[in-house]
Amino acid sequence: MSAADTTTPAKVPPPRQAPPPPPADRRPRERRTPGGAAVPWLLLAPCLLVLAAVMGYPLARLVTLSFQRFGQSQLWGFQPAETVGFDNFAKVLGDGVFWAVVLRTLVFAAGAVVLTMVIGMALALLLQRVSGWLKVLINIVLVASWGMPVIVATTVFKWLFDSDYGVFNALLSKLPGVEMTGHNWFASGPEGLAVIMLLVVWGAVPFVVITLSAGLTQVPRELEEAARLDGAGSWGVFRYVTLPVLKPVIVMLTTLSVIWDMGVFPQVFVMRGGHPEPEFQVLNTYSYDRAFVVNDYAQGSAIALITVLLLLGVVAVYMRQMLKIGEVE
Amino acid sequence: MSSTLTGRRAPKLWWNLLGLLVFATAGFPLYWMLDTAFKPAEDAIDPDPSLLPTGITFANFGRALDIADFWGPVGRSLVVSLAVVVIGMAVGLLAALAISRYAFRGRKIVIVGILAVQMVPLVAMIIPVFLLLNDLGQYDRLTGLIITYLTFVLPFTVWTLRGFIVNIPKELEEAAMVDGCSRTGAFLRVVFPLLAPGMVATSVYGFIQAWNEYLYALMLLSQRNQTATVWLGNFTTKHGTEYAPMMAGATMMAVPIVALFLLVQRKMAAGLTAGAVKG
Repeated sequence: MSAADTTTPAKVPPPRQAPPPPPADRRPRERRTPGGAAVPWLLLAPCLLVLAAVMGYPLARLVTLSFQRFGQSQLWGFQPAETVGFDNFAKVLGDGVFWAVVLRTLVFAAGAVVLTMVIGMALALLLQRVSGWLKVLINIVLVASWGMPVIVATTVFKWLFDSDYGVFNALLSKLPGVEMTGHNWFASGPEGLAVIMLLVVWGAVPFVVITLSAGLTQVPRELEEAARLDGAGSWGVFRYVTLPVLKPVIVMLTTLSVIWDMGVFPQVFVMRGGHPEPEFQVLNTYSYDRAFVVNDYAQGSAIALITVLLLLGVVAVYMRQMLKIGEVE
Repeated sequence: MSSTLTGRRAPKLWWNLLGLLVFATAGFPLYWMLDTAFKPAEDAIDPDPSLLPTGITFANFGRALDIADFWGPVGRSLVVSLAVVVIGMAVGLLAALAISRYAFRGRKIVIVGILAVQMVPLVAMIIPVFLLLNDLGQYDRLTGLIITYLTFVLPFTVWTLRGFIVNIPKELEEAAMVDGCSRTGAFLRVVFPLLAPGMVATSVYGFIQAWNEYLYALMLLSQRNQTATVWLGNFTTKHGTEYAPMMAGATMMAVPIVALFLLVQRKMAAGLTAGAVKG
């Protein structure tokens, strides 16, 4: 057994190192491609074609657009689009409103991600401790809310938090000393965004709980037992055994959540009836607003591009994790 | 042994109580949607609403269907989603085969590329996609929307199918080929049947994604051609928002999707995170 343990780690790396220098003439190892190297590319062609046409081209266009002047008259073709260099970026970055939007988006996303992860983790741990029947019930509710279309969830929350007939105000008013009847949650930006954050978290928690639950089943029981014998309390076991084992899953879930929560759009958009007020604008709605409401497509593109760049770091972490998983298979 | 079990019973009660609280809280929005949808409309605008159902009526559903054409948007959503799934699966399966069963130069770059495409925030792409379809005369056409949705669904489809394929041992295929099957024959007779459940799950998931999309459906189609999500998102009447019919509409949109989702969720969750812990 110890022999097997020592040989496997030593054996695994070399084959992976080997492929890079393959002499073109000698490939007995790759007898898997009888039709030559063309076959996989032929199989890939339709997919790559679609992606290039509807993703690659617009992505390139997004970049060029953000360096042009492009408004209503360019859209209708009355005037050619002219290149204006960094003008759009200068305008956007020099605008205090934009920075307020960036800050609001970051605070919103940070709040939503932290809440999602903490609640998700707590629920995953709780699920391990409740009786079997209750676990099934909670799982059904979680999966059902996970599967709810975002638009449906948004309209439902709109109804829950309606100022006159919303059940949330009615429930709050039942508490002694609280009178919330007729309270308008969307009168102020922070309160309204808190409601939207609740909606986002409610929709995001199920995925986190279910993924973490699956991860928790893989935490070796013996390790927990050993830690307990060594005198670790519940917190110690969680901190030094559970968390390290779950770390890859947590990294993946956190990066995904950051990407999703920075990109929140329909929740804000539909909640505010298609016209988010200035104090509700987040990066995506702001970009949309610049492009389709103010009709400055170039500035909208510049904002979208800045958003993409802001997310690049997080995306890199996520992709590294995914590729690692891919290699394990 | 039995003493530790009884010793655990007391805290278990507390955990269960907490669990029930979670159950009630997490399920409340769903419950309230159904409750409002089936409630008589006048009970829905009670400032002190009863938490329990007050009676069952289907009037709200009738009203929701009356306010604006419902079946038109649903039909369009169905056409778009089904087309996306069928084309997406065909194209995606070929690509997934290429990256999972063939060793070729550039494979890694393709994988990274497909993953990267998945990460491009779609909202950022709406401006150029809108301009592109506008130039091609595809604005307000379902085909434009279908092609656009393909790019949302494809990366995910390829990645998940790839996960399902690599879990099918190559040896099975090789055995079939030794027995005289062609490569295509081996795939159709051996891999395909094993892959079918994964393909069904992936299709359903892709269908749900296409069905639920809102922004592109809103921007790329006019009011006349709206899809189901836009129909619900725009749900207002001359008298302001009528919430009871709106919840009836929400129920009609959510129930089939949630049911589909319940069916495939387990399989998809496994596909999404397989190996994440082992890594």
